[in-house]
Amino acid sequence: MNEFNWTYVGVAVLGLFGLFSFLATVVLSLTWYERKMLARIQMRSGPSRVGPHGLLQPIADVFKLVTKEDIRPTNSSGLLFWSAPLIVFVSAFLVWLTVPFADGAVVAPQELGLLYIVAISTVGIVGLLLAGYTSSSKYSVLGGIRAAAQLVSYEIPIIVVVLAIAVLVQSLDLRDVILGNEVTIGERVLSFDGQGAIPFAFIMPLGLIVFILAGLAELGRTPFDIHHAESEVVGGPFLEYSGAHWAVFFLAEYINTFVIAALTVLLFFGGWSWPSPPESVFGTALEEWQTDALGVGWFLFKTYMVVGLFFWFRGTYPRLRIDQLMAFGWKSLIPLSFVNFILMSIVIFYEWPLWVMTAFSVPILVLGLYIGSRRTARLADPTTVQMYRRARREDGGNKLIPEGSGD
Amino acid sequence: MTDSGITTNVIDKGQGLADMFINMGPQHPATHGVFRMELALDSELIVDATPHIGYLHRGSEKLFEHEIYSQIITLFDRLDYISNFNNELGLVMAVEKLMDLEVPDRAEYIRVILCELNRIASHLIFIGTFALDMGALTPSLYNFRDREKILTLFEATSGARMMHNFFRVGGVKQDVIKEFPAQVATLLDELEAGIDDADKMLSLGEVFVERTRGIGVIDGDVALDWGVSGATLRASGVPYDVRVEDPYSVYDRFDFGVPVGSAGDCWDRYYLRVLEARESIKIIRQALEQMEPGPIQTKVRAIARPPKGEVYVHAENPRGDFGVYLVSEGAESPYRLKVRPPSFCNLMALRDLLVGHYIADSVVILGSLDIVLGEVDR
Repeated sequence: MNEFNWTYVGVAVLGLFGLFSFLATVVLSLTWYERKMLARIQMRSGPSRVGPHGLLQPIADVFKLVTKEDIRPTNSSGLLFWSAPLIVFVSAFLVWLTVPFADGAVVAPQELGLLYIVAISTVGIVGLLLAGYTSSSKYSVLGGIRAAAQLVSYEIPIIVVVLAIAVLVQSLDLRDVILGNEVTIGERVLSFDGQGAIPFAFIMPLGLIVFILAGLAELGRTPFDIHHAESEVVGGPFLEYSGAHWAVFFLAEYINTFVIAALTVLLFFGGWSWPSPPESVFGTALEEWQTDALGVGWFLFKTYMVVGLFFWFRGTYPRLRIDQLMAFGWKSLIPLSFVNFILMSIVIFYEWPLWVMTAFSVPILVLGLYIGSRRTARLADPTTVQMYRRARREDGGNKLIPEGSGD
Repeated sequence: MTDSGITTNVIDKGQGLADMFINMGPQHPATHGVFRMELALDSELIVDATPHIGYLHRGSEKLFEHEIYSQIITLFDRLDYISNFNNELGLVMAVEKLMDLEVPDRAEYIRVILCELNRIASHLIFIGTFALDMGALTPSLYNFRDREKILTLFEATSGARMMHNFFRVGGVKQDVIKEFPAQVATLLDELEAGIDDADKMLSLGEVFVERTRGIGVIDGDVALDWGVSGATLRASGVPYDVRVEDPYSVYDRFDFGVPVGSAGDCWDRYYLRVLEARESIKIIRQALEQMEPGPIQTKVRAIARPPKGEVYVHAENPRGDFGVYLVSEGAESPYRLKVRPPSFCNLMALRDLLVGHYIADSVVILGSLDIVLGEVDR
């Protein structure tokens, strides 16, 4: 392409603008969703004053944040301080370029889409580290270092699980991952029996669990919200940010949440593909745009369900400590992800049927859960606390003796 | 990096080299009010800790000396501001002991019921905030719901949710309404369910035990040396409860258990309080059964003037051994009124508990001591 093509640029700009508007709306809806869901878990009603069911609350929040004074700590370095949120946001945003909402609904389809996503999402770590480093606050520094350690560690299991998927579908294109559910790739049919396609969650349940857990850590959501732990480092890298710049971090965080949920759906739950073809559900032949629209709707529905799962975790679990988090990542998730990858490679190499993968994964998962529960049972031993009763002392006073023992 | 270039997971207490000092509090969200600790860190590990108190100092003990006794009760409400009835009990018991007053049975039962309810309310807050320190948001809301029910009952009884000013020298301010026993009985059933909820949500959860087991271990001997008392002491395996060892009010008439731990870590300190709240429910049930109609106040002059002398009484507060040392010159105000605040003494052990742990543990350990700054700083 020797000539500079303005149409191409125009389409790209329009696409980016459309994507940004869409993502901003998604983030607004996610904040409402999270607050409402947490509220329900905690027997509250959540936002309810602004708009029906508090639906306009996110808009009010945006106005509040944008009109707030933007403060920079005196000792911080201005350029780096202001650019940190942008780095985080841009990396979160760029990931979406190649995420397909439906077969035809993707801004920039790429053959190496999976590689691109993994590579771009890692750049966000630089932003967090920079935010922590330039805030000239010790809490921020701690938070930034924690973020770097945590995110770099948990990139590995995510990448390895994504690799296993790539091995399965023999492609790095996200559309192939979905189409692999519906059509044959080469000679293979991605199903147990060669008949109907199935979501990959059934083929590699081990990969799914590792991906969701590592994804949670990657997002810094409970129980892995260590780098911005409110009760320890008071917000970590975001501590010194206020107003619009903080809002940018916030935006990036929710976009990331949505990315991980969307990837879970794309890689494991069949993306936009309906359980059975929409034509058979509606009984009539559908136009292409109609199929795409239905696909996008179905995809968003699934993604919101997965995001709901993340919010549910937040309402349920306490937070791990940094060393426990690292141990969990390096000692459990990374080995498991490699086991998953190697098993998948063997199954594909010898062209065994795919149920073999399931048959291997499930016992490994059960074993892992068993080992984990054994550890918990050993730690959570209520017999260290014993009930004591009142008894008479020789000198007439009272004393406490263990319940059940004689006077 | 430290100068030695070696960073190990376990460091001798106070022996490591710090590469960062961090200031937690007085505006840190997890320091339970206005407590401040200066932590010397070796990356994430705590090498040394210096607690600073006094941000909530109101000179209570000096104020006592200028007020008449019935006014001091209101000041006692404001010491440990989440177990107000227990504080009031400490003061009125001291004055009564000095004046050698006989308190009517009904008044004693009312006091015990209110104090034990206050203990449950306090423990509910402890469980909630302890979980909150670890990032679990939900238990605190459940527990504050249950505490609110208790406070509503307090309001119906004394007219105030927290600053009751209800106990009097020689009795209580007024009799409870006749529906009170039924109300309390209903409340107890709800509380039982509420405590079970909190127990189920937290106690044996994977992440919760990972965060609390083996964290902040303190030996019984060391705890005694520091003057630690209450649930924190019992978690270290020392069976000591003032209600049993030195019974006051009518506590010797009830049959109740006292949970005693053995591990001395944060989990034991937490679980002990869950069990204690359940035992308090048993005490209240017995008190409701034994309570009979009768007078609620002995005859005391409007402005009490205890005789010349000094007296020390102590009571089991939710936070520990609450002592009141009263010196009277025979005037309407005390010559000296010294409070032994359990939170303050428990806080003494903080440095021993913190050193060698991670920053994240510092808030858990501080939470497990269950301090109230109003009482620490007075």
